[in-house]
Amino acid sequence: MKHLRYLIPLAIFLGLVLFLAAGLKLDPHEVPSPLIGKPAPGFALTRLDDPGQTIRRDDMLGKVWMLNVWASWCVACREEHPLLVEFSRQKLLPIIGLNYKDERIAGMKWLSGFGNPYDASLFDHDGRVGIDFGVYGVPETFIIDRQGVIRYKQIGPVTPDVIRNKIEPLVRQLNG
Amino acid sequence: MAKWLLFLCLFMGLTQTHAKEAAPAADDPALEARMLQITAELRCLVCQNQTIADSHADLAVDLRRQVREMLAQGQTNQQVLDYMTARYGDFVLYRPPFKATTVLLWVGPGVMGLLGLLGLVWILRRRNRMPEDRFEPDEAEPEVTPQAAQPRP
Repeated sequence: MKHLRYLIPLAIFLGLVLFLAAGLKLDPHEVPSPLIGKPAPGFALTRLDDPGQTIRRDDMLGKVWMLNVWASWCVACREEHPLLVEFSRQKLLPIIGLNYKDERIAGMKWLSGFGNPYDASLFDHDGRVGIDFGVYGVPETFIIDRQGVIRYKQIGPVTPDVIRNKIEPLVRQLNG
Repeated sequence: MAKWLLFLCLFMGLTQTHAKEAAPAADDPALEARMLQITAELRCLVCQNQTIADSHADLAVDLRRQVREMLAQGQTNQQVLDYMTARYGDFVLYRPPFKATTVLLWVGPGVMGLLGLLGLVWILRRRNRMPEDRFEPDEAEPEVTPQAAQPRP
């Protein structure tokens, strides 16, 4: 019994290891967004492919929709893109792109080259709508419900796992 | 004299390069100073260990512009900070507010220090009460005789 006290340092060490192991798994780049559960910020932006046509936040009310922030200069977007194109074939929900701090020509070329999963892309040239959405790491993906409330945010590329286990169930629940 | 001139030139050169970094709104130095003071309190989310004032990331440049515009519109420092936390959360503040989710952050180090101190006091007092024979006797210091220490001639 008396020898048990020699195990105390070992126990402390193991506790420390557990803490550090948990810490290693946390991604400091994933900052919890304060926007979740809040109404999506208002915007009025022109379509990427048509400067004459404006899309506003309120145009999307009544629908569950996805906002995907992308740019032709964004390398990680290229990685995510095929998955998004495939996901869009399901027609589960409208996918709106937010073309962030890009040029029209570059953005449209990118879409014609890699495929266009978007029902429309908004042209956010100076990145102000991006700031309102708290965007800091393109690509980012938001799911917005019928009342215009942000329900989910993905920072960085979506993965098959995220689509299957987070986005699809959430969309079904919101549409159900 | 020449030395002084050289020094003066160098000094002017220094201040000039300094002014260049903050060039965009140098037309209103007071506002620029306020902007830098506020953004120095804000974390840049792209390169997380830099402030928005320091960072050259695109987003930081945009946010500095945003802050500049808000200040020019007459908004208060607090309004600017609220604007940032509404979008990026408390994480952007280098001095996060004291609340339920940040209690551990603020109180943690103090509590840990206090626990360590209490532990130390407890151990020392326990040792003080122990009888002498529980301790190993101090090792007798080897005697150094002056003769032995001196090299033989």
